[in-house]
Amino acid sequence: MFSARDRNAFSKKSNIPQVEKYSNLKYSHRLNFYDRPPIDDITIEDFETCALDRLRVLAEIESSFVRNRSWEELKSVALTQSEKYLPVHASTAIAVDRDAERKKDHVGHFVLRLAFCRSEELRRRFVKSEMALFRIRWDTDDRVEREEFLNSRDFDWIPVSESEIKEHAEELTAAAGGLKDFKIENEKFYKVKWTRVPDLVERRRVFLKGGMAYVPAREQSSLVFQEFQSNLEKALELTAKALPRLDEDTRIVPILDNLSQGFLAGVSSEWSTASSSESTGKITAEMIDDMARKHFPMCMRHLHECLRRDRHLKHHGRLQYGLFLKVLGLSIEEAITFWRRSFSQIQDDKFNKEYRYNIRHSYGLEGKRANYAAKSCVQILTGETPGPGDSHGCPYRHFSQENLSSALLATYSSQGLTQADLPEILHAVKSQHYHVACTRVFEITHARDGVYKGEGVGGGESVTHPNQYAARSRELEKARLETMKAESDGDIVMS
Amino acid sequence: MLAFYRRLYPFKSVFHWLNHGHTPTRLFTHRELAFTLKGDVYLRYNSFNTAEEMKKQVCTLNPTRFEIGPVYSARPRDKKTVRPAAFKPTLRELVFDIDMTDYDSIRTCCSDAAICSRCWTFIAIAVRVLDKALRSQFGYKHLLWVYSGRRGIHLWISDKEVMELTDDQRKAIVGWLTVIAGGKEMNKKVNVRLGSKPLPPSVQMALEPLAEAFTELILEDQDCFASKEGWETLLRLIPDKCESVTASLRRTWGKDPDRSSLEKWDDLKREVKGMEKGTFQRALMMATIEDIILQYTYPRLDAEVSKHRNHLLKAPFCIHPKTGRVCVPVDPNDIDRFDPEKVPTVTQLLGELDRAGEDVKPDEHHSDWEKTSLKPYIEMLDRHAAGLMEEVRQNIRNGTGMSVLRFQLSIDVTNALFELQI
Ligand code: SF4
Ligand SMILES: [Zn+2]
Repeated sequence: MFSARDRNAFSKKSNIPQVEKYSNLKYSHRLNFYDRPPIDDITIEDFETCALDRLRVLAEIESSFVRNRSWEELKSVALTQSEKYLPVHASTAIAVDRDAERKKDHVGHFVLRLAFCRSEELRRRFVKSEMALFRIRWDTDDRVEREEFLNSRDFDWIPVSESEIKEHAEELTAAAGGLKDFKIENEKFYKVKWTRVPDLVERRRVFLKGGMAYVPAREQSSLVFQEFQSNLEKALELTAKALPRLDEDTRIVPILDNLSQGFLAGVSSEWSTASSSESTGKITAEMIDDMARKHFPMCMRHLHECLRRDRHLKHHGRLQYGLFLKVLGLSIEEAITFWRRSFSQIQDDKFNKEYRYNIRHSYGLEGKRANYAAKSCVQILTGETPGPGDSHGCPYRHFSQENLSSALLATYSSQGLTQADLPEILHAVKSQHYHVACTRVFEITHARDGVYKGEGVGGGESVTHPNQYAARSRELEKARLETMKAESDGDIVMS
Repeated sequence: MLAFYRRLYPFKSVFHWLNHGHTPTRLFTHRELAFTLKGDVYLRYNSFNTAEEMKKQVCTLNPTRFEIGPVYSARPRDKKTVRPAAFKPTLRELVFDIDMTDYDSIRTCCSDAAICSRCWTFIAIAVRVLDKALRSQFGYKHLLWVYSGRRGIHLWISDKEVMELTDDQRKAIVGWLTVIAGGKEMNKKVNVRLGSKPLPPSVQMALEPLAEAFTELILEDQDCFASKEGWETLLRLIPDKCESVTASLRRTWGKDPDRSSLEKWDDLKREVKGMEKGTFQRALMMATIEDIILQYTYPRLDAEVSKHRNHLLKAPFCIHPKTGRVCVPVDPNDIDRFDPEKVPTVTQLLGELDRAGEDVKPDEHHSDWEKTSLKPYIEMLDRHAAGLMEEVRQNIRNGTGMSVLRFQLSIDVTNALFELQI
C-alpha cells in the first residue's frame, strides 16, 4: 500500500493541486482489492456494525439475483442501499471523511470473510455478491481515479508487442468480433494465462495461443473482475483453514454465527416450495399426465412428452422438470413413484443407484440439504443450451421456428390455439421476447376462462416462471369449477 | 475376467499414470475408484495406498468394470468419518467423452449401438481437431486418448495446470470447444459468429481440415444428401433471407432426386457463386456454407463429463461388457488407421496367453501381458506416464512443485489473519 501511495504522489498524470488535496489519505483509492487485512485496533462494536452494514448491502444484491433483476435494476437497488449503510465517495469528495468510509468498507469486508468462509455454499454466495458490489463501484468510479487504482497494483499482465500483434492481426481481429469500432492498429493487448479469464475463453472472445489469452485492453474490466473473484476465492479457502484457531475467541464466534445466518435468511425466492399449492390439494404421480395437458407451459409439456416417448430424460431435463414438479406440490414419495414409473425401461437397481439419490437431493434430503428453487424463465432461457438429445430449455427459444409452430399446434390446438395465432407468437419469438410469446399462448389457451388479450397471468403480468404459469392456470380452473358448481346448485334450487 | 485382472491388467502402468511418480502420493492415495460388480452393484469411494493393494481388491471383487474419479481432500475410503467440508474434490484430469450416438442424426451407415470403420471416421476427425486445439491453443502436453470399447473415445489430460482447474475453468474450456449446440428441435446447431462476420480464430483453424473431411466423409462416403430427408435437412440450414437459393435448389433436386451428394453440394456452391458480389446475401451464404461444414463434421462433445471434477470415467484397459474389447490407448497421430474391430477382446487375449504358456516357461521377470497383443498398448501408456513423471521431476528440481507452494501461501494468510487485532 505504501508503494501505491508513493507512486500516486509522484504520478505525472495527475496535476499537482489535486494530489495535494488527497495525497494525505490513508486509503488512496475508493476501490479496494482487499489484499491486506486492516492493521489498526478495532473495537468489538465496530467489528459488528461494519459487518452488519455491509451485509445489508450484500443481502440486497443477493436477493436481486434471486429475483432475476436486470443488472441495471440490481445496480440501482444496491447503490441506494450503499448510500444508506456503506457509502464510499470519490477521492475528490473532500467534504466527507473518506478515510473513515473506506476503513469501514475494509473492516466490514474482512469480518464477513471470517463469517462466510465456513462453508462452500456461503463462500460461493459471498464471492458472488462481493463481486457485484465491486463491479458496481468500478462502473461508477471516476475514470481518472480508476486508472490510478489500476496503476497502483501489479496485475501481472504482459503487454503484447507490436510485432506480435502484427503477426496475429487476423486472429486478433476475428476474436474481437463484436467489439465496437475495433481497429487493430489502435488496440492494445495484454497476455495473461487463460485460466485468469475463463469467462472470455468460454465465450471465445480472445485469441489463445500456448495457454496464453490475448485480451484487448478494453476488456480490462473483465480481467480485473476475474482477478478480484479468484483472489477472494483463494483467500476465503485459506481463511477457512485458519479459522479453527479463531474459535477460541468467545466474543467473536457468536457474532460470526449471527452474521452468516442473517445472510441465509435474507434470501427469498418467490416461487419456492413455501408457495407451492398446498391449498389445492395433494398431487399424486397419477395426476401429472392430466395436469400437464391442462396446465403446463410449453417447456414442461415438451419435457413431459419426451419423458413419455423416450421413457427417459437427460440430466438437465430431469433437473428442470423435477424441480418444477416439486414446487407444483409433488411430495418426495410421489416424485419417486412418478420417476420410477416414467423410467420404465430402467432396472430397479440402476434407478436406485443413479436417480433416487438425485431426486431426494433436489428435495433437500441428501447432500448439503439445500432447498432448491425451481428454475425461473430467465434461468431456463439463459441456462445451459440444450445439446443434441437434450430436451430441457424453453421451446420458444430453443426450437426452430418450424418445429415450434408444429409443436404449438400439436400441443395446444385442443385448448383453442389455431394456425391464425401463430404469426403473432412467432413475431414475439423473432424479436427474442420468448416469455411474451409464452404469455400470449397462456392467454389464448385460457380464453374460455375469460382471460383476454393483454391480461397475461393476471393483472397484465407476463410469464416469468413456469410454476407461476401452472399455478395461475390451476387457479382459473378451480374458479371455473366453482362457478359451474354454484350454477348447477342453483339449478337444483330452482327446479 | 478374473484371469484378465490377475495376469493382464497393467495396474503398475495405470498407477504411474495417475500418480505422476513412483512413490504413492495423494494423486493416488486420495483418488476415488468406483467398482461396478455383477448384478449392477455399484461401489463408490474406494481408494488404495499402493498399486498392489488396488490389484488385490480388484481381484477379490472381480468387477465388470471400474471408474476413476477425482483426487479428494481426504482419502475416499474415509469419507464416512471425515467432516463433509473436509471431503472435497481437489485435483482431476480434464476428461472428454466423444460418443457415436451424438452423430446418429448424421451418419447413414449404422445406427444405435452399431459402429463400423466408416463411421469411426467421425471420431477420428474429432480426435484430430481436439488434439490440435488443446495442444496449440491451450498449450497442454499430456493427452491420453483411450478407446471406450464400443463406439466412442475418451481423452484424459494430466498436465499440472489441468489437474488444478476449477469447475468454472473446465466449463470455460468446454465452451471454447463447443460449436455444435441446440437440441433435437433446433435445425441450425452452429451459431458461433455474428451475422456473416468471420469465424472465431479457433474455429477457423479447424475449418480447413474439416472441409476436406466434409467432402470425403459427408459427401462421398456417407452420401448424406442422397435421400429426400437428407437434402431437406440441408435446405433447412439455409437462412430465410436467402429463400431464393432454397427454392431453386429444391426445384432442381425435386426434378432430379438421384443427384449424388457431391453434385448437390456443387449445385449449392454454384448458386452462391452466381449471386451478386458484395451483396449481403452472398456474404451470408458464404458464412452458411462454412457453418454447414462445421455442423456435419465438428466434434460433438458430451459437455457434462468434462465440466465437473467429480465426474467418474471408465478406467483405461477395462473391458467393455458388451463387446468384450479392451479400452486401449490410441495414438492420435495414427487415429486414421485405428480400427475398433481390430482391438483385442478379453477372450482372444486369454487364448493368446494359453498358447504362449505352452511353449514358454513361466518367467519371473516378464509380465504376462508381454506375450499378448496387449503389449503395444501397455507400452503406449508407459511411455505416456514416463513423460508425465519426467516433467514432475523437473518441476521439483525447479522448486515449483504443487505442495511446496500451497504450504507457503497458507502460512502467509494465517499470519495476515492474525494481524487483524480486535
Ligand atoms: S417462457 Fe418460461 S414458462 Fe414459458 S415455455 Fe419458456 S421457460 Fe417455460
Ligand atoms: Zn457405420
